Amino acid sequence: MLRNLTGILFDGIAYGSLLFLISNGLSVTMGLMNFVNLAHGAFAMAGGYLCVALMRRGVPFLVTLPLVFLATALAGVVAERTLYRRLYRAPHLDQVLFSIGLTFMAIAAATFVFGPTQQPVDLPPFLRGQFHVLGLDLGRYRLFLVALVVLVTVDLEFLIRRTRFGAQIRASVDNAAASAGLGIDVDLVCAATFALGTGLAGLGGALGIDLLGLDPTFALKYLVYFLLAVAVGGAGSVKGTAAAALVLGVCDVAGKYYVPAAGAFIVYALMVVLLVAFPLGFYGRRA
Amino acid sequence: MSAEAAEPLAGAAAAEPAAALPHDRWRPLEVAFWLLPLPCYFLFPGYLVLASQIFITGLFAVSLDLILGYAGIVSLGHSAFFGVGAYTAGLLARHGWGEPLSGLAAAAAAAAAVGFLVSFLVVRGGDLARLMVTLGIGQLFFEAANKAYDVTGGVDGLNDVRMWRILGLFDFDLQGRTAFLYSLAVLVACFALVRRVVASPFGLSLRAIRDGGKRMPALGAPVRRRLVAAFTLGAAMAGVAGALLAQTTQFVGIDVLGFNRSAELLIVVVLGGAGRLYGALLGAAIFMLAQSYLSGINPVYWQFWLGLLLVVIVLFARGGLLGGARRVLALWASARRASR
Amino acid sequence: MKSVLRVAACLALAASTARAEETIKVGVIAPFTGPFADYGKEIEAGIKAWMKLNGDRVAGKRVEVIVRDTTGPLPDVAKRLAQELVVREKVHFLAGFGLTPEAMAVADIATQAKTPMIIMNAATSIITTKSPYIVRVSMTLPQGTAPIATWAWKNGIKKVFTLVSDYAPGIDSETQFKKTFGAAGGQIVDSIRVPLRNPEFAPFLQRIKDARPDAVFIFVPPGEANIGFMKGFVERGLDKAGIKVIGPGDLTEDHTVDAMGDYALGIITSFHYSDAHESPENKAFLKAFYEVAPGLGRPNFMAVGGYDGMAAIYHAAARLGGKIDGDKAVEALKGWKHMSPRGPIYIDPATRDVVQTEYFRKVEKRDGKNYNIEFDSIPNVKDPGKQ
Repeated sequence: MLRNLTGILFDGIAYGSLLFLISNGLSVTMGLMNFVNLAHGAFAMAGGYLCVALMRRGVPFLVTLPLVFLATALAGVVAERTLYRRLYRAPHLDQVLFSIGLTFMAIAAATFVFGPTQQPVDLPPFLRGQFHVLGLDLGRYRLFLVALVVLVTVDLEFLIRRTRFGAQIRASVDNAAASAGLGIDVDLVCAATFALGTGLAGLGGALGIDLLGLDPTFALKYLVYFLLAVAVGGAGSVKGTAAAALVLGVCDVAGKYYVPAAGAFIVYALMVVLLVAFPLGFYGRRA
Repeated sequence: MSAEAAEPLAGAAAAEPAAALPHDRWRPLEVAFWLLPLPCYFLFPGYLVLASQIFITGLFAVSLDLILGYAGIVSLGHSAFFGVGAYTAGLLARHGWGEPLSGLAAAAAAAAAVGFLVSFLVVRGGDLARLMVTLGIGQLFFEAANKAYDVTGGVDGLNDVRMWRILGLFDFDLQGRTAFLYSLAVLVACFALVRRVVASPFGLSLRAIRDGGKRMPALGAPVRRRLVAAFTLGAAMAGVAGALLAQTTQFVGIDVLGFNRSAELLIVVVLGGAGRLYGALLGAAIFMLAQSYLSGINPVYWQFWLGLLLVVIVLFARGGLLGGARRVLALWASARRASR
Repeated sequence: MKSVLRVAACLALAASTARAEETIKVGVIAPFTGPFADYGKEIEAGIKAWMKLNGDRVAGKRVEVIVRDTTGPLPDVAKRLAQELVVREKVHFLAGFGLTPEAMAVADIATQAKTPMIIMNAATSIITTKSPYIVRVSMTLPQGTAPIATWAWKNGIKKVFTLVSDYAPGIDSETQFKKTFGAAGGQIVDSIRVPLRNPEFAPFLQRIKDARPDAVFIFVPPGEANIGFMKGFVERGLDKAGIKVIGPGDLTEDHTVDAMGDYALGIITSFHYSDAHESPENKAFLKAFYEVAPGLGRPNFMAVGGYDGMAAIYHAAARLGGKIDGDKAVEALKGWKHMSPRGPIYIDPATRDVVQTEYFRKVEKRDGKNYNIEFDSIPNVKDPGKQ
């Protein structure tokens, strides 16, 4: 029983960390630019497909990861400069519709180029199979995933807490007008943060192929989870998103293990309950 | 003159040179609009089913416009009420009570009840929370219907929906003639009701709540109660639309719930122009016609162009088709005045 | 836009009345895009293969196939398409139906319009009971499940864990397996129904591992769900723990069995068609298939369903001399015998469902590809779901 619990916990944490990696960008975008970006899932999907395309050309999986991060970040910058910035002051409905429109276009493009079926991922052999440690069976890939996400989170925390740029981000999230008044280039901060967020999403999409699968409906299928992590954790809060994503991951996996009949029901019910209890999220700043 | 200053206000009544109080009389253009379907009945005998589905989508869109365009609640889960109405009517008919009009009433009541309960979750929180809650509710209902496949038929759908004659006279025929006239009649009746509501003081207060933020509570208006009422009415209308679909197609598929229907509906309303009621109808007609024509050619392209259309509308054509038309008319009117 | 529609409608009306006497129209309804796109494409390729070998004329009339896309399990779309095909195009046959919901929704239209409805794929048992105009040439899930249940018991598998997708065919399959396996004396240690749209098998695989059965009986929609399951199964070392994988042949269907790679080797299934089946009919079918659909990959049972469905239509048309009357066409198909690429089949006059040979197959590698190699069979299996 305890063995099962640890196994479930581990799987849940792996799943949750992946969600966190992707949702983090969304959280910062919503907190900083007050932009409801439903196309975030599409950026993650783009990262996944880019990884597949690179692997088809013979690039090893691990090498694709930084490339995907950079490429998606670049795509994010371009999108932000040309399209997103026009809608920062727009009503949320407009932002929702715009991002849904982008998502539809992304899904259609993915279907056209790659076809509607799942994409396989070629993991290096040392990432397949399981470690047997203290009587527990831990999947190697999941371990790798968790380690990577921890690494990224530590780096992010360092960036946000210890660097000047991080201070600028924090200032802009708290009060954009005052920050601009102090001479902080809020525009640049926005662009850079958006790039970082989408880059992380793309990376998460590539890492998630093995766990979550990759097909053109990925952008919408998991959007609910990303939005949930952000809404429950509180937009703009990294800690909150992390907590929410982990809770979500563990609950989803545990729910499917102990009550498989309930399926996805649990997640949605949980979402409604949490949102009613915490309308601003765990660590919420803005609604 | 103050009339020129009044022009850019979105959703305001068309700028007349002399100040006119808003009234509820049916304008000639409206009457002409509602007479349009009748010749279609005779000219396009093979397209009656498509037409009745346009009417149903139109009603559904109007119900969302009430919530979204007038009350300002962004909802991604409106299909939940559509589905509740559809399954209520479908289950009633399947289990022996196939009378259409009472089925509609039962569906409206069920959807209104659900809408009433949900509204309490929705009136709190800001846009993001509302989005998430409505999305979650929509998905919850979908999963519940899927789980309860003994009752709902799940993914296979609910069939054996046997309808009795409407008013004891009209049978639902294969060609869709009865379906056409029935859904048109229901649409007209419901539309007239909604139109009355939005032109009433209640409707005006909704618009004020949508636009005003903190002003309405400061005036002492019962904001929450108004929003609950609007949301419930919108849910009831959506339920009627769902019941119509179930009755005219004698089938309920599980996709009456679910995200795609909610998202498409949002697109329909915005395409035509939110907050204008007729925008919802226009959006429904154009969307359904385009979809039936274009997705026959290639559904992948359809999704792409739909997405592109959305992006373009939001960036360049806020207010949708009717908003754009109104702006063009206003420009033309001001050009005429200037040339005098 | 309206005037274009009006002109088009008039032309169509004129054209259809003019041609009604010269062509036999077959309306094919299936998903051609979306996650189930392969279903429709396979069916259509099977139809084209038949028409390549047998020409597009029968009983002196030209056969015209009109294809309509449902884009997925959207029964109300299917119903509307069927209604349009029957009222606007005046088709003589409705055919296709890759998914159960499509067939269930269209049944009413077939009855109302008295149009024969040929099921080329959808596999839930009760479909044929929904209209007296339905004739199925494909298979049912219970038909493919019962044999493997009997085989499992006879080969030392005493405890089985069942995992199926939570939708009608999955539940059909699970019910049949429990019935047959339980009747033989076997024990079902646990049963899970996984959500239809979920490729995340981790928690379910964990449960399987904890339950330690002799075998896992699995049914998920043919395609990637199978691959995801097998991958997770092997990664968690469940195959090394001695747990076998069994199921109806959808698990290792020929179109995707290669994508499963080495994970699939050794899986034993029971099914009605393998593209490795040795017979002259299958050879001819394969040749024609690869000619009409070069980029589609290997044909699977859905293509055979399309192929045999056209054979049925041609048979009925020939019998009636080209004058298609709904009731007479269905009568002509009752008891119809045919040598299909899969083996011999006939249509049970009582149920209008297909009766065929079920084969036991094992996945083996030949020429670098995975094939379902038949090693045993049971002839004349009727649908146990109706008994």
